[in-house]
Amino acid sequence: MELVCPAGTPAALRAAADAGADAIYCGFANETNARNFPGLNFSSDELTAGVSYAHARGAKVLVAINTFARAGDIGIWRRAVDDAAACGADAVIAADIAVLDHAATRHPDLRLHLSVQAAANTPEAIRFYSETFGVRRVVLPRVLTVPEIAALNRDIGVETEVFVFGGLCVMTEGRCALSSFATGKSPNLTGVCSPPEDVDYREDTSGNLLARLGGFTIDSFEAGQAAGYPTLCKGRFSAMGKTGHLFEDPVSLNAFELLADLSKAGVTALKIEGRQRGKAYISGVVKAFRQAVDSLSGGADPTAAIAALKSFSEGGQQTAGSYKKTWR
Amino acid sequence: MRDLSRIELALGPCLFNWSSERLTDFYKRIAAEADIDRVYLGEVVCGKRMPFTDAIWPDVIETLTRAGKEVVLSSLAQPVNKREREILRQQAGYDMAIEINDMSMIPARCGTAFTAGPFLNVYNEATLAFLADRGASRWCPPVELPLASIGRISALVPEVAIELFAFGRLPLALSSRCYHARAHGLRKDSCQFICDRDPDGMDVATLDGRRFLAANGIQTLSGSVHFSGVASGQLRAMGIGSVRLSPHTVDMVEVSRDFRRFLDGGSDAEELAANLSARDLPGPLCNGYLSGDAGWTTKALPV
Repeated sequence: MELVCPAGTPAALRAAADAGADAIYCGFANETNARNFPGLNFSSDELTAGVSYAHARGAKVLVAINTFARAGDIGIWRRAVDDAAACGADAVIAADIAVLDHAATRHPDLRLHLSVQAAANTPEAIRFYSETFGVRRVVLPRVLTVPEIAALNRDIGVETEVFVFGGLCVMTEGRCALSSFATGKSPNLTGVCSPPEDVDYREDTSGNLLARLGGFTIDSFEAGQAAGYPTLCKGRFSAMGKTGHLFEDPVSLNAFELLADLSKAGVTALKIEGRQRGKAYISGVVKAFRQAVDSLSGGADPTAAIAALKSFSEGGQQTAGSYKKTWR
Repeated sequence: MRDLSRIELALGPCLFNWSSERLTDFYKRIAAEADIDRVYLGEVVCGKRMPFTDAIWPDVIETLTRAGKEVVLSSLAQPVNKREREILRQQAGYDMAIEINDMSMIPARCGTAFTAGPFLNVYNEATLAFLADRGASRWCPPVELPLASIGRISALVPEVAIELFAFGRLPLALSSRCYHARAHGLRKDSCQFICDRDPDGMDVATLDGRRFLAANGIQTLSGSVHFSGVASGQLRAMGIGSVRLSPHTVDMVEVSRDFRRFLDGGSDAEELAANLSARDLPGPLCNGYLSGDAGWTTKALPV
């Protein structure tokens, strides 16, 4: 299985390539990609240099142009596709029909991957994208179990890529406007979720630290407790007189122990989340996964690699998410 | 081309787990009393609920059609299993108007007119034009899309009729996890259809007690009730020919009257808001999405 690793900066791209990534995904420094955070992402020159660096180490570079183009401003998204092709990218990852159509028409030789933001999880939807735009790989939304992924792979003629590690989107990607409801900015509209400029922390009268998003108090930490970032769906809320993590606990996705099952299910590529992460994190996670995937294919014991990964999870809490039916 | 002479009123699909009896009574009353032009029906949120209401739809459709309403079948927004996919395949072949809410259904319906529903990610003119080429004759934009963007798209794709989501809790997110089941300590597979306890959704408040969201099975909605106080002239100027009211337990016949009066110029946006607020709504009013702000806010709109 191919190991697809994140890079938010040129340094992270080099770290991922050095650590043994088969492919590295990144985006331009604008609203065309779903990690549009200050200080992240690539200029065209940086991407060209990154592609050379990765290719010299046998790694591919995939460019995420996976937000939905703004009405009347589609040119920015089309140019991003043209630039990715000109920089030598091995594939473009897109979700919007406007972007896919432009790529398929103007760059028929450029490999197209369907972004998780397109939320295509049925054979019919995937065939629609593959037959219409020549999409070669689909990044599956996190709604399917491993047996469901296996059944899907038997039904479609394109590759599948699944998230195996990092932040966990609890809502179906591309189908979530919670962030824009609270802040006006969302993954689909602006490429951000729970944006940092809308976060503030304040102390209440008992000395607890309240974490707020868009003015809504969505978490509370006792004095001395490490305050987590208030991502909307991982916040604490009250419903039916009870207070707790209604949507999801502050856990990370770690499907490490399912690697063998995912391989048997016919998955082509394993995706690690975290374009906002530093190069030390990228390097550590990619090395551990490299070791695990190699030991899996070589028949060796991956236990040590699994143990190494646990230290990279938020607060040590992990889940296999929707891959296990019991999660639902 | 679009006929904008009279802004139409549409009733969106019921998003909640209402019993067959409640749905039947609801639509009977809509047929008999509501000045509504188009009614969308069918299960959009959770395929597991379908077997409970499957049997009522033929009669409901007949009642509404006889009352002169245009009836549109709304399709499931997140089909996953074989049964749900098979239902979509069958529905695509029905000789009736269909609203598509997942790309899965596009190939099966390609070439026959359909409505592109608010759950499809249509955010720009090129995507809408692409779908128009494949049969999209009407479009209900995603709820977070600002009016300015809808107006821009409308001007560039004039062949598609546009329907604005204008009343109700905003459908904000879908998940594979059922939050009703989770909140009750159950799993989705053994959910006991417990979402039926909250016919307007389960209130979700912030830690300091502010109304914020509402859970409805695998769906998350806004806690506030969105409303569009955009007057007919302004809607016409943007090429919007109909507005959509999303069903709630509040008297929807009265709500539709409030909107009809407003769209006919019998009241202004302030009066519309006051009339709606005086009703038994599940939350306070909001309209921020229309002007491109956070959805929960309330903003003055251009008249």
